[in-house]
Order: sequence, then structure tokens, then C-alpha cells
Amino acid sequence: MSSRLVNWFKFSSPSTFYPLAGKIGFWSMVVTVVLLAVGLYMSFFVAPTDYKQGEGYRIIYVHVPAAWMSMFLYVLMAGWAALGLVFNTRLSAMMASALAPTGASMAFIALWTGAFWGKPMWGAWWVWDARLTSELILLFLYLGFIALQSAIDDPRRADRACAVLAIVGVVNVPIIYYSVIWWNTLHQGATIQIRGESSMDPLMLTTLLIMTLAFWAYCIAVAMARVRSIILERERETTWVGEMVKEGRA
Amino acid sequence: MLEVRNLECVRGDRRLFRELNFTLREGELLHLHGHNGSGKTTLLRAVSGLLLPSAGEILWRGKDIRELREEFSAELIFIGHKRAIKDDLSAVENLRVACTLDGVRISEEQAWKALERIGLYGFEDLPSRVLSQGQKRRVGLARLLLNRAPLWVLDEPFNALDKAAVGLLQGVIREHVANAGVVLLTTHQEVSLTQGAVHSLQLGSGELGHV
Amino acid sequence: MFEIFRTVVMRDLVLALRRRADLMTVLFFFVIVVSLFPLAIGPEMSTLRMIAPGVVWVAALLASMLALERLFAADYADGTLEQMLLTPQPLALLVLGKIAAHWLVTGLPLVLISPLLGLQYGLSGETLLVLLFSLLLGTPALSLIGAIGAALTLGLRGGGVLVSLLVLPLTIPVLIFGSGSVEATASGMGGEGHLYLLGAILVMSLVLAPLAAATALRISNE
Repeated sequence: MSSRLVNWFKFSSPSTFYPLAGKIGFWSMVVTVVLLAVGLYMSFFVAPTDYKQGEGYRIIYVHVPAAWMSMFLYVLMAGWAALGLVFNTRLSAMMASALAPTGASMAFIALWTGAFWGKPMWGAWWVWDARLTSELILLFLYLGFIALQSAIDDPRRADRACAVLAIVGVVNVPIIYYSVIWWNTLHQGATIQIRGESSMDPLMLTTLLIMTLAFWAYCIAVAMARVRSIILERERETTWVGEMVKEGRA
Repeated sequence: MLEVRNLECVRGDRRLFRELNFTLREGELLHLHGHNGSGKTTLLRAVSGLLLPSAGEILWRGKDIRELREEFSAELIFIGHKRAIKDDLSAVENLRVACTLDGVRISEEQAWKALERIGLYGFEDLPSRVLSQGQKRRVGLARLLLNRAPLWVLDEPFNALDKAAVGLLQGVIREHVANAGVVLLTTHQEVSLTQGAVHSLQLGSGELGHV
Repeated sequence: MFEIFRTVVMRDLVLALRRRADLMTVLFFFVIVVSLFPLAIGPEMSTLRMIAPGVVWVAALLASMLALERLFAADYADGTLEQMLLTPQPLALLVLGKIAAHWLVTGLPLVLISPLLGLQYGLSGETLLVLLFSLLLGTPALSLIGAIGAALTLGLRGGGVLVSLLVLPLTIPVLIFGSGSVEATASGMGGEGHLYLLGAILVMSLVLAPLAAATALRISNE
């Protein structure tokens, strides 16, 4: 137990985490490529056509994983940020800021594909559906985080300020979500509920699962790549970065 | 009483100082020296608890000031670069609000007396907006006369003061040190403080040491 | 404890009253924004009656964002905020006092004038009352949530716009329940449910927002 504890602390230092992040990032990328190839093939050619929505439904294999990831990443980001704020660890804050752009792009993809889905299904690019609206607000929250991060010059203040914002955001997300659902049910008629619990074909489920895993792997890979560059940027004055640059390993 | 251990402070990309150590006991004064940008203000802000140092610890009566929080604040007066005076309030109002927030109850009369002693007789009731720089500075310094906090952290307290006020302030500081107070200050002016327990510390250019 | 709170509130009220011109800007902004909509949309009373809750609420939201910039900025600039961080008082209490005074001078006037603006939009008696009441519960919550954003962006370039970007998404529930209560009343469904939820948000932000804002202030003053 104690040796494992020591190991965790070892990797909480940027200099030891940097090479580890490189390895994790590389293998996640490999996994992403494989899963994405399989997943996309299945999404387009193997999964059966939906009897109600026809071929257009296939976009959910991108839309749903992206939406899930965008929500999960926000919580994860807030968690890392909170860790950084409480224990004053540099790496946690770097992880939080590495996750923010990925989360924002996931939210954006979810909205974009949602619009593509909405056009054939609802006949409009945008419908004030509860989930789409919450996703939009989530994107705003991400943008706020990124904007605050880039508005503060001192990286330490930026990390700590963003941590407060992320925590406040995460407390608010459920409230926002339920208020939007409530708002939506009170204004029925504006939306058409089509995402009912229609029984899903097992093949569809498998495809969705593979695509979700592919998105997971992608997010890990991208976050690791980004955290590596953040580490290099923030630690550029330290000797270990200097030595690494000299040896041409950076 | 005040102990600084292995302190390191970083501003932006620059490490201002590291492995800084000193201890101040009752009735001692530390005069910080250093060129502009050597980290004097940063050190004072760290000691007051405004700024989180990147490494090291600051102990007050043997306990970390981060844990003491309000208990530590109750024993501290910090006078910084900013005057901390509201232009729309009069000198008396400024002083009374500051003291109430400091947890020091003072009567209207005490406030007037303190302002008189610091040389603001006749200006007590005017909006601070019309006071000169030096006079505003004096309003802030009047807190030193009313608050019994043992630790004074003074960042360039002599700035903008005239000769008479400098002399007065020196007397107040001397008296505080004589009453077992602890003072940490920076100043560019040549000032004569107490004879005995004055330490000085040179910051900057990587060389640290007691003189 | 209460004495400290009172001191902070009184101090900020006195300061605000000595700068009376500043007080009116937020109120005028609110009135002007609300009055612009009929000009943009047309004087059709039935349309106006329909959009009134949303218009008044969005205008109140924007006005309170506009006012946020002044919450801590002056104290930050002259150093009194720094001194507040160093007092032996719980910082969240001082922050709460500042927010209370801020709401009294910027939020309360909006609440009081809102029935007048509702009349312009042809709202009926009961609806006007609910509008007033919803703003009475909602605007303090806006000030509280906004205080966090104001504290985070203290001293930053372009702080005013940034604060809106950070805070507006967080205020969406207040907007939904606030305007929802008025709308529900107007359509005869009764707005009590909305008002209860609005009250719950107010209580929650009353407890949590000062703590978050106090933490943010410590970070911004480093």
C-alpha cells in the first residue's frame, strides 16, 4: 500500500509525469485509430437501418459519444481543478486546463451533429430541445473557463481562479440541467420528442459502445498531448526541461 | 514569534527569492533592503498572508499563518503601497470603519485624538478627496496609534511624508518596538530607528544573508 | 458579527449615496432596454404582453451584469479591499455585506420600478405583483452569483465583458424560473411553483456564493 502511495506522488511531479504522459498519449492514439476504424465501419455499413429514422440516425454514433464526453470531461476538469486548488499541486491544474479545450470541442461536435440530425428529423437546424439547450449552455461554461484562463497572465492565479469557476460551474450544472428540462416541458409543442426509449438493436448498441470507447481514447490522447506542451511551457526554466531539450528529447 | 522557513516566491516566470530564512522575536525590527524588483513587497505580502508562497512556510507563534487565518490577521497591521483610503469618506469615517473591521472598538473621540496626533488637526471632517498625498498617507498610519496588534508589516511607510511626519512615525515605530512589538519594513529613505534590536536583510541578486 | 456586517453595509451605502449619479445609470439602462423592445417589435399589445416577462427579466439580468463591475473594483483600486482580506473578520461575511449594499442600491430600484414597466406592456394587476415578487427574489440571487464572477475578474483587462461571459450561463436557472413565474401567472397556471424554486436558488446562493466569492477575492489579490 505504502509503495503504491509513493508511486502516485512520484507521478504528481511534472518531470516524472511528462514521459508517462507521452506513453499514455501514444498508446491512446493507437487505440483511437483502431477503434475509430472499426467503429466507423460498423456505424456506416454494419449497424442496421433504423426503422423510424432511416439512415439519418447514423449520426448518433458521433453525436451521442461526443455529448457524453463533453459532460464527463467537465466534471473531470472540475475535479482536477479542485484538487489543484486544495492541495496546491501544479500538475492537477495543468490537467484541468488541458481538458478544457477538448471538452469544449466535444460540446461543439455534439451541437454540430445535433443540428445535422435535427434537420432531417425535425425539419430545422436548431430546435430548443432540452438536451441541445443544455449542451449549448455547457459549451458556454467551457468558453468561460477558457476565456478566464487566457485573460490572466500569471499562470498560478489563472489556475486557481479557473478552479473556483469550474467548481461553481459543476455545482450549477445539475440545477441548469433540471431548470432547462422544466422550462422545456412547460413549453411543449416547440419540440418533438423522438429520442424515446425505443428498444435498440444489440448491434447498434455495440457500435455505439465502440464509438464511445474510441472517443474516450481520443480525449485521453489529446489531453495528454496538451498537458505535455503545458508542462514544457510552464517548466521551461527548470533544469530537467533544459537537459531534455539539449538531448533533443522534447 | 515570526519565523520564515525556506521561503520561495515566484512572480510570473521569475523566482524572486528562495530558501529565505529568518526569525523575529518580540521587540525586534527587520529592515528589508533590495533594489526595485528584488521581491521586498512580495515578501511583505507573503508574510501578511495575502500571497501564497510557492514553497516554504511562515510561522507565527509557532503555527502556520495559513492555519491561523483570522487569528493571525487579528495580530497584524499591514500598510501597503495602496493608501486604503476612501476618497468619499472623511478622515474620521475612514479611520473608524478601518478600526471596526480590524475588530478594534474606538470612540469618535479616540479617532479625533489619533488624527490630531498624526498631524491632521482641522482636516478630520473633510472628504479625503481634498487631502494631499501625504495627508492621506497619515490617515492610513493613524491606525497604528489605535490598534494594539503586535506585528506591523509596513511597505514604504515613509513615502510621501514630510519631515515632521517622518519623525513622528519613527517615534511611533520606536515606541512599538520598545513595547515588545515586531516590525517588518522596507524603506528607501535614510531613517534612524531603534538602536538595539534592528536587523536588516538584503534581498536580490541571489545573495541572501543577515548583516 | 452583526455589527461588522452592518458596518460594511453602511459604509458602502454611504459611499454610494455620495456618488448618486452612478446609482442612476443602472436604473436608466434597465428602463431604456425595456422601452426599446416595443420600438423594435411594434406596439401590438398582445405580442407585448406575451414577451413582457422575458423582456423585463433579460433586461434585469443585463442591468445587474452591468452593475457588477462596480462591486469590488473601487475597493480593489484604492487598497481597501486588500485591507478587508487582512481583517480578523470572516471574509465571506464582509463580502455578503458588500453584496447586500450593492443590491440595495442597484437591484432594489429595478424591482420597485418594474411594475411601472409592466404597465407599459399591458400586464394585469396580479401579473404585475408576481413580476415584482419574482424580481425581489431573483435579483439578489443575480447579485450573489455575479459577485463570484466580479471577484474572479478583478483587475483583468476587459473585465466587464469577461464577467458577463462567466456569469450569464450560471444565471440561466434564475432567468427561467423568474420569467416563468410571470408567464405562468399571465396564462392562469399560477406561478407559485416557480417562485418557490426561485426562493430555493436564492437561499442556496446566499449560503454558497459569498464563500466562493471570498475565495476568488483572495486569489485575485495575490
